[in-house]
Amino acid sequence: METLAIVSAGVIAFAILMYVVLDGFDLGIGILFPFAPDEDARHAMINSVAPVWDGNETWLVLGGGGLLVFFPTAYSIVLPAFYIPVMAMLFALIFRGVTFEFRHSAHTSVHLWNRSFFYGSLVAAFMQGVLLGALVQGVNVEGVRYAGGMFDWLTPFSILTGIGVVAGYGLLGATWTIYKTAGKVQDWARGAAVVLGGGTLVAMTAVSVMTPLLRPAIAERWFGGLNLLYLSPVPFLTLALAIFLFWSIFTKRELAPFLSSVGLFILGFFGIAVSLYPNIIPPSVTVWDVVAPRSSIVFALIGVAVVLPMVLLYTVYAYSVFHGKASEHGGYAEHD
Amino acid sequence: MPPIDAEILARLQFAFTIAFHILFPTLTIGLGGFLVFFEAKFLRTGDEVWYRLYRFWVNIFALSFGMGVVSGIVLSYQLGTNWSEWSRITGPVLGPLIGFEVLTAFFLEAGFLGIMLFGWDKVGPRLHFLATCLVAVGTAISAFWILAANSWMQTPQGATFIDGHFVVDSWFEVIFNPSFPYRLMHMTIASYLTTAVVIAGISGFYLLRNQNAEIARPAFSTAFWALLVLAPLQIFLGDQHGLNTLEHQPMKVAAMEGNWETRSHAPFHIFAIPDRKAQTNHLELSIPWGSSLILKHSPSGVVPGLNEVPIEDQPPVGVVFWSFRIMLAIGFLFLALGLWGAWSRYRGNLFEDRWLQRFALVMTPAGFVATLAGWFVTEVGRQPWTVYGMVRTSESVSPTVTAEAVATTLVLFLIVYGGLFGAYLYYLVKLVRKGPNPLSVGEEGERPEAIRGARPGLVIPAE
Repeated sequence: METLAIVSAGVIAFAILMYVVLDGFDLGIGILFPFAPDEDARHAMINSVAPVWDGNETWLVLGGGGLLVFFPTAYSIVLPAFYIPVMAMLFALIFRGVTFEFRHSAHTSVHLWNRSFFYGSLVAAFMQGVLLGALVQGVNVEGVRYAGGMFDWLTPFSILTGIGVVAGYGLLGATWTIYKTAGKVQDWARGAAVVLGGGTLVAMTAVSVMTPLLRPAIAERWFGGLNLLYLSPVPFLTLALAIFLFWSIFTKRELAPFLSSVGLFILGFFGIAVSLYPNIIPPSVTVWDVVAPRSSIVFALIGVAVVLPMVLLYTVYAYSVFHGKASEHGGYAEHD
Repeated sequence: MPPIDAEILARLQFAFTIAFHILFPTLTIGLGGFLVFFEAKFLRTGDEVWYRLYRFWVNIFALSFGMGVVSGIVLSYQLGTNWSEWSRITGPVLGPLIGFEVLTAFFLEAGFLGIMLFGWDKVGPRLHFLATCLVAVGTAISAFWILAANSWMQTPQGATFIDGHFVVDSWFEVIFNPSFPYRLMHMTIASYLTTAVVIAGISGFYLLRNQNAEIARPAFSTAFWALLVLAPLQIFLGDQHGLNTLEHQPMKVAAMEGNWETRSHAPFHIFAIPDRKAQTNHLELSIPWGSSLILKHSPSGVVPGLNEVPIEDQPPVGVVFWSFRIMLAIGFLFLALGLWGAWSRYRGNLFEDRWLQRFALVMTPAGFVATLAGWFVTEVGRQPWTVYGMVRTSESVSPTVTAEAVATTLVLFLIVYGGLFGAYLYYLVKLVRKGPNPLSVGEEGERPEAIRGARPGLVIPAE
């Protein structure tokens, strides 16, 4: 059962990582929207994600649904604890999601939907960062229930992680734009990627410094005994990737900036996983405390093992259909 | 225990958000099937009319699908934010069912929707048709899992309650619980029926105004064939579903009938004002023996009354009673519409019968009203339980979330969804007014090379 709990946590971690990377870049497109040089650039940017955004967001449903599947008690503790940021994220996702369908039908109200896309993406990204910080800093649990108030999640740390995720998603969006566009838009995206890359690194550093200070257990995990040795490559790898990111932007690579940004996210994600394990809700709830009954886990894992590889295959296929540069004419201009 | 008002607010909020959501899948499940039909016709006959019909309706599909996605994501988290106790207790049963829905349906729909909408010039016609089929199949699979989950809450089996939560003994029994086949059929047919009426209504609008007749005629005709088959089938399935409910949830049926006393020769009330406090009806207008005849096929058949259980175990009668009658009335109106269409077709004036087109036009939204009414019957009729006979609604709500927080988000949902629905209708009307793209296959405005290679030799050169 312990192994099943770890495998289940792995499935959820995978879904969340997929979500963060995939929806990260299309939320990032939204965060960058008002700063784009012109309306044509905005068309190209939104067209570059229009065929895939829905699939990207499905990983969020798998992450939340997965928690209900494998750790129903954790789901029932965390969501009431984070009621306000979760609801704010949901409202924000509504505003940006409907933009894809409404904006291209709009003529006079395009600006309204541009704004809805920007604020929706910005607030969703910020709230996701807040949720991350609120989880890492710990949740007050008694028995099988949340025992805190409505505002426990709101701390300087969670605000910092919120800002960090906004910068990080912005970086993913900017490097995705470098990959999917050409000319003026691409040049502008390079500049944006440099600024947001800097911001992301500052935020990552600040979070990395503050996290071990939250609880002695986290400091012990990173600096205790041989762990220091085993984990020491993590910061160096991060630094190397950061250097590669800037180098690839300045040497005008097209795909490398996006891939190195994704690499930074994977490393950050790994760092958080190291800090939390084996807690699913720090500081007191471990994965095996709240794992679902065996009959549920086995049934669900069989489904995951059979279906998830197929999902990944046709997701890659769907992306490959829309490979190449996006333009202001493709996408919705054609779908009419 | 949370104060009672937090529970009521959470129920109102969930009723509102899930009722708003179900409008869109109701259309996309049915429309997915019609799009498969349109594209198949185009591929088989090469007749461009079917292609244009597809391109016109796929826009409405996309608009509605997007609304379904954003309002659906809300639900997947709202179960935890507002119903945390329910999540913990039923998670081991319902979690995997919802998980399978995400894995086998949501990803499939999302993965191929992009190709369906934007892929005409990127993939060949056969692959595009496959994408349409997979999206349609995805909507059906989604209905399968979520209705299995819902039906289990109505007629639970295959799981044992241990240590404060359910543990599944048999997944087969959980999924194929007694009410599931009926609910799945009834809801799937409701989707197709609703869509058929929408297609008939909008095509009728074009015929009335002598616009876009070339696409309105085949769509109008297709919709009326569907209506003729589906409307009577739905009435039959509804009756079967009702008998199944009588067996497993007798108090829901008692509320639908407005029947307070268990008795034989029970009348069917056409009109009544149920009074829960007095445990009786006012202003009854009834068909003698009607209820006994419908439910037991015999005037002496004994039908259950609400007073078999204490008042705190009775569902709210008024909502269930009236929602049931609204659904029933619309179901029979659909039957009338279908028969009228068949009569007009028989006389050869299907496309000229102005009154039929007007009737179809005013009925356009009726399927949604009937579907919502049906859901009100089944969901409110399940009260005061979330898992029928096992978990009370009052035991399901999040204990730490304050009434203020639920009230605030409820108001926000009302405002945001209200605005969203207005925008949806605005753009829907805009699409309908604009009508189908007049361009032929092979003429794609800014992208003349679009759908290049679709049926080589059949591509009509630009004029």
